[in-house]
Amino acid sequence: MTQSHEALLSPETVLGEMKKNDITHVVSLPDSETNWLYVLMKAEPSLTLVAVSREGLAHSAAAGLFVGGKRPIILIQNTGLMESGDSLRGWGLGLNIPVVLLVGYRGWTRHGVTQDTAAVYTERFLNAFGINYYLVENNGDAPRISMACEEARKTRRPVAVLVGDEYHGFNR
Amino acid sequence: MIETAEILKVFQQYRGDAIVVPGKGARYWNDISTRPNRDVHLMPVAMGGRASFAFGLALAQPDKKVVLFDTEGDLLMGLGTLSTIAEHQPKNFYHFLLDNECYATTGGQPVPNAKHIAYDVIARGAGYPHAYAYDNLESFAINVERILSQPGPAFVALKIVPEIENEPIGRRKRWTTRTREQVLKDLWQELGITH
Repeated sequence: MTQSHEALLSPETVLGEMKKNDITHVVSLPDSETNWLYVLMKAEPSLTLVAVSREGLAHSAAAGLFVGGKRPIILIQNTGLMESGDSLRGWGLGLNIPVVLLVGYRGWTRHGVTQDTAAVYTERFLNAFGINYYLVENNGDAPRISMACEEARKTRRPVAVLVGDEYHGFNR
Repeated sequence: MIETAEILKVFQQYRGDAIVVPGKGARYWNDISTRPNRDVHLMPVAMGGRASFAFGLALAQPDKKVVLFDTEGDLLMGLGTLSTIAEHQPKNFYHFLLDNECYATTGGQPVPNAKHIAYDVIARGAGYPHAYAYDNLESFAINVERILSQPGPAFVALKIVPEIENEPIGRRKRWTTRTREQVLKDLWQELGITH
């Protein structure tokens, strides 16, 4: 089965969700899905990109930004999310930071057996930390990003959005 | 090597209205500080992120000086943060490193290559425009006013006397005087931040 291009998740849509939710800073470490989004974010004057070198540093940087009065979002891959567990615990959950984790869902598939262990452990990891998450695969799912932002604000906790579109051109 | 409390007493003279992230210096800073509502002492959180946290705070509050008292053990866990900070060149960020060459709270085991690391050189190599290193109080006291009066980011490595703890954690004296929630509430009120 093939999907039309319109059905996929476009970087423009994701950027639009960020703007709609008054995101001020994107704390990120590039992954295989987000290059075109990165180009768009760089060109967006309302956003400041904060590039980190290890995903754990994203949680503490985002915590500092929030404590200073800003609205950050974290953009990382599921592999890095798992690497960053203690920082997520101490900074994100420990300081009640209402931040959305926009997580590239490497290896995710609706079809057949999931082969990539990065995908196998992603939701288990989030469940272990008690972090709620939303799956976003196409433009129709994009309002879930706003839902996650709203939930993070209301609950004062990190909320994850899993971007399950690795192989469909999100990277162009 | 310098006593941490002496460093903080000297710094206090030039603090002005800076926001201070005291880190493990908080055990003394709580008694020295005259502006506790601008002190962001949040320990324990998660080791390795203190510099990133303070940098985020500086980025969010560009019109206010943010002064961090980091430790070498914490910085070594997230050394890449130096390149992130240097990329943004926050003019309001002052990064002091309290280097006791060991993991003092776990019994004093040395950090990797403890006696031979030049943290100021690493910071300069990462892109900090100003980086210094002092191992005696006199040199620090002579230079700290100038360092704080010039635009950041600045990095200052300080050799401090280790204060090794071997007591079980449950028996150690707590330095915290406010809960994390209260620290944040006080800071937000002080800075007029509403979430």
